[in-house]
Amino acid sequence: MMENVVIRTVSRLAVPFIQIFALYVIVHGASGAGGGFQGGVVFAASFILMIIAFGTANVRRRIDNRGIMWLSVIGITIYAGIGFLALLMAGNFLEYAAIEAVLGIPHLHGILIDLVEAGIGIAVMAAMVSIIYDISGNGEESS
Amino acid sequence: MKVKALIAVLFIGIILFWAVEDMPAFGDPDAPATQYTGQLYVDAVLPDIGIDNIVTAILASYRGFDTLGEVVVIFTAGISVALLLRRGGRL
Repeated sequence: MMENVVIRTVSRLAVPFIQIFALYVIVHGASGAGGGFQGGVVFAASFILMIIAFGTANVRRRIDNRGIMWLSVIGITIYAGIGFLALLMAGNFLEYAAIEAVLGIPHLHGILIDLVEAGIGIAVMAAMVSIIYDISGNGEESS
Repeated sequence: MKVKALIAVLFIGIILFWAVEDMPAFGDPDAPATQYTGQLYVDAVLPDIGIDNIVTAILASYRGFDTLGEVVVIFTAGISVALLLRRGGRL
């Protein structure tokens, strides 16, 4: 697969656009069609394309197993952290309106939903890429 | 045995096609599924939350705890595959 110049060139061209589109889908979650789950899966699809074109070892060199697990944990921590932030602001768990009322920033509710969607996107992307790493590798090159 | 299975499939299929007759038309605003809470959410999302996407508002705000659980489910799937298929090394 490494010697196929067509696949390598096309995926080198396509991967940035796929990732930009994934970020667009994640960020667009509050105002249009989109969301964290869909964007995260699209982002993971770009990683899958990279693995198909350049091989697992090349992609693993950019982000390894530990890094991808950390990203997954960070995504969930963003989500749960915003929930506990609402708890800190004398609201219920994940009650964004309490944070908006205490901090007094207008439209904070939508911004917090965007942050939550970003956390979902990171967690879903990392989980998908982790599964792809485990399935595509032969298990010996785990780091 | 195959004849019995074919008869069962045909029987259930006829019942299902019969039931299709009673379903509301596609996109019918008077359908029972849109009568109960749909209009409630359409009216309440903008004053409550202030974002345009009703689906995201329900997903991330009204049902936020449920969505947290969904993310944890996907995380658990990743962890499980890592534990089952990854030989050696640390998580």
